[in-house]
Amino acid sequence: MKDLFLVAIVVMIFVVIFQIAKASEYVSVLKGEEKTRKQNNKINGFLLICFLILGLIGAWYCNELYYGKTLFPQGAASVEGEKIDLMLYITIGVTGTVFVITQILLFWFAFKYQEQEGKKAFYFPHNNKLELLWTTVPAIFLTVLVVFGLKYWFKMTSDAPRDAVVVEITGHQFAWDMRYPGKDGKLGKKNYKLYNTPSGNTLAVDFEDPESWDDLHTTEMHLPVGKPVKLVINAMDVIHDVGLSHFRMKMDAVPGIPTTMWFTPKYTTEEMKARTGNPNFVYEISCDQMCGKGHFSMRGVIVVESEADYNKWLASQKPEYYTLYPEKDPAKPIQATDTTKAVTAPMAQVMSGK
Amino acid sequence: MSTTTLQETAHHTSHGEAHGEQHHHETFITKYVFSQDHKTIAKQFLVTGIIWAIIGGLFSVIFRLQLADPTATYPWLEDLLGHWAQGGKLQPEFYYALVTMHGTILVFFVLTAGLSGTFANFLIPLQIGARDMASPMLNMLSYWFFFLASIIMMSSLFVQTGPASGGWTIYPPLSALGDASAGSKIGMDLWLVSMAMFIVSSLLGGLNYITTILNMRTKGMSMTRMPLTIWALFFTAVLGVLSFPVLLSGAILLLFDRNLGTSFYLSDIVVAGKILPNEGGSAILFQHLFWFLGHPEVYIILLPAMGMSSEILSINSRKPIFGYMAMVGSLFAITILAFLVWAHHMFVTGLNPFLGSVFVLLTLLIAVPSAIKVFNWLTTLWRGNIRFTPAMMFAIGFVSLFISGGLTGIFLGNSALDIHLHDTYFVIAHFHIVMGVASFFGMFAGVYHWYPKMFGRYLNNTLAYIHFWVTIIGAYLIFWPMHYEGLAGMPRRYYDFSNWESFKNFGGLNQFISMIALLVFAVQLLFVFNFFYSIWKGRKVTNQNPWNANTLEWTTPIRPGHGNWPGDIPEVHRWPYDYSKDGKDFIAQDVPVGADESKH
Ligand code: HEM
Ligand SMILES: [Cu+2]
Ligand SMILES: [Cu+2]
Repeated sequence: MKDLFLVAIVVMIFVVIFQIAKASEYVSVLKGEEKTRKQNNKINGFLLICFLILGLIGAWYCNELYYGKTLFPQGAASVEGEKIDLMLYITIGVTGTVFVITQILLFWFAFKYQEQEGKKAFYFPHNNKLELLWTTVPAIFLTVLVVFGLKYWFKMTSDAPRDAVVVEITGHQFAWDMRYPGKDGKLGKKNYKLYNTPSGNTLAVDFEDPESWDDLHTTEMHLPVGKPVKLVINAMDVIHDVGLSHFRMKMDAVPGIPTTMWFTPKYTTEEMKARTGNPNFVYEISCDQMCGKGHFSMRGVIVVESEADYNKWLASQKPEYYTLYPEKDPAKPIQATDTTKAVTAPMAQVMSGK
Repeated sequence: MSTTTLQETAHHTSHGEAHGEQHHHETFITKYVFSQDHKTIAKQFLVTGIIWAIIGGLFSVIFRLQLADPTATYPWLEDLLGHWAQGGKLQPEFYYALVTMHGTILVFFVLTAGLSGTFANFLIPLQIGARDMASPMLNMLSYWFFFLASIIMMSSLFVQTGPASGGWTIYPPLSALGDASAGSKIGMDLWLVSMAMFIVSSLLGGLNYITTILNMRTKGMSMTRMPLTIWALFFTAVLGVLSFPVLLSGAILLLFDRNLGTSFYLSDIVVAGKILPNEGGSAILFQHLFWFLGHPEVYIILLPAMGMSSEILSINSRKPIFGYMAMVGSLFAITILAFLVWAHHMFVTGLNPFLGSVFVLLTLLIAVPSAIKVFNWLTTLWRGNIRFTPAMMFAIGFVSLFISGGLTGIFLGNSALDIHLHDTYFVIAHFHIVMGVASFFGMFAGVYHWYPKMFGRYLNNTLAYIHFWVTIIGAYLIFWPMHYEGLAGMPRRYYDFSNWESFKNFGGLNQFISMIALLVFAVQLLFVFNFFYSIWKGRKVTNQNPWNANTLEWTTPIRPGHGNWPGDIPEVHRWPYDYSKDGKDFIAQDVPVGADESKH
């Protein structure tokens, strides 16, 4: 009922607007079309200059309202991200200036040179000097932006520092899984055909590879503050994307083609709570590549903490190998050679069974 | 009949003979349905495009309802959509289907076919002085392939599992695997087949436009005397002809992967618990093929709008377009560069960083010809005597939007910054302003300007001005604040943000944007109404040249028949921009150069 009422009102408004429009056409015939045209010209010229002024005020007001919400005032949460912030400010400076100047010229010219009785337009078909000017000036500004940009780009896409903490992150519909290399600092091999062999091996880790035995499988990512982190990024099914807006980082997760990215977290989660004044603050991993119906819910969480807390957390995790092969979980440290023999037999059966 | 028309037309042009109108018997079917008259085909493209625009626009209103308030339920939505809106709430699958269809429809069916199809068909023969296209038959087929593509795409809306829903960019593996998404079942096959038909249509059209422009110009119409509209449509056609086939091959390989078990794009995949046998393919390969079309495509959409705006700005400033050769040169530069920048859509796919840097350079290079165009438009207005016809308003709006959206391209083209901005609302803001809204403005400018030539009547001016003002204010209100959402990292293609600590504080803004979107959509309906109403009831055109323009289309009768000129095709003696020259308001292209006339 309410909906019908709304529809009726909208239709009414349409009819009224249309009637006014129709009537104005008759009026213009009565008044003389040329006269109406000139009147319209004045009105629209005036409106254009109003639009310019209100538009610039609006842009400023919008900035007041929303700039704070972008979390840019708090600064990037990673050392590398600071460069992106700087670049953003440089680019805003350059493009903002061009924006204001050109929009003012556009609407000001339109207003100033609106049709006037007895005035003649200026026949001005070309001028090589002017055209050369506005070819070279933009080219120079762009060169500056490119030089800055590429410098940072190469820095950010360079190899991660040797001492970086390595974490593997794998996307699947619709969640993230992490793998830590454990004490040996090396991630065990993977083979997607081993998915769910044994049952629960959702990351398709090849447990015949001894390097996998101490690997940890978690659903939350913990990182030590102030140390470079290298993410090794995988996907099981479709393309996902590890989006870390606070760190200003992003990289696709592509099935069959592992990618990497590295950065250095600057603030712990607790510090960020204070910096943003938001007690619920949390570093989120957003999936930034359309991946199906649950795309919008593909959320991961990163906890950045002091190195001591981080190590404590690591120590509290149990290697996935022991979860999947409980019988191999000894109280004492594992003897590598013994275990290899013990594991090879069942694994070989599994493999040949496939 | 078709072949005789073709020969006759060629004949007319080459000899400029004294009998223009073709006196074959026309039935309703040959005149309005299977017509080979370029003007009728143009109108068919335009009307089909308008219908698609309403559908595509409506889709966006529906998915904006979801973003406005993710908790709200609308019982009428369930009445309308059935299980897609269970309990009056849009389901995520269908939200994504709507987003995908919105993009596909607006990019391809409206702003490619609807825009180029309309104005290339309508303006090329009229403005270069030809009786029709080089091949009216292929031209007709071009429309009917488009029609077929439309039918197939439309039918995909009604299949059980829904239409394609992986985004208009249809990246595999998502689009390749029915198990990954309901929209990747039969809906995706229909999408691909429809697009294949669409590409055939676009190729038939494009080849025809190029051939016509190169071969069928009237006497005296050298290339450098062509109006900028024609140059823009020419480069548009070149872009389409060279890049659409690449998408076609990409789409065919995807069809193979979907249905024949090949592994072009698939490798190492476990989906829905199933281990797929495919190995050795590359999901990224598809993105290269897609964007090799995809980037030129955005210029296919933009260039006609640029051309028409240039023309309209010049006519209504009563001044020549400033720097004609630079305008042509920058169109050419944009066309070349458009082929060399596609990977800027792929900076975060794991692209080789060196390769990425080359694409940064080439991408930002495009800003130079773009800047030239902007400054030349501004100088065209400078010291003019400007008439604010509705077309002129939209042309001015076009320039404003092109500036706003072009400048944000400079953020995105710089790969390091793009790491943060990629796939956020910043990109949505960028391309809607610079491509979506700006091209729509070019299209509206074109419709308002050439409507008198198309239908022999005027559109209602009051409605036109309301249409303009609400649309430009609304467009900025909708898309400007989205830059801020993007800076915060708010990802695009999210059905609901309320569970995200980082993004949920934009809820109020999303609601505001949705309300404005609804309003702007309503005002477009006003335009549609004006359009159809005025075909029959609009004020009649009584003046052969209502805008005092120089180009040849205004030398035809008010309602030109098939063949355009009843007598000889006029001969051209000058460029089309002699406005306010030697104290004369305008000198049409077919006026011989006087002995005492100054050179420009
Ligand atoms: C100065 C000129 C321009 C530059 C440097 C530029 C740069 C870019 C870049 C780098 C992207 C990729 C952003 C991302 O996904 O992360 C992009 C997206 C896009 N641009 Fe531009 N652009 C420019 C002008 C234009 C123009 C004139 C158009 C259309 C007429 C356009 C249409 C688009 C579209 C449609 C997308 C998004 C496609 C999608 O992901 O769905 N751009 N632009
Ligand atoms: Cu995802
Ligand atoms: Cu592009």
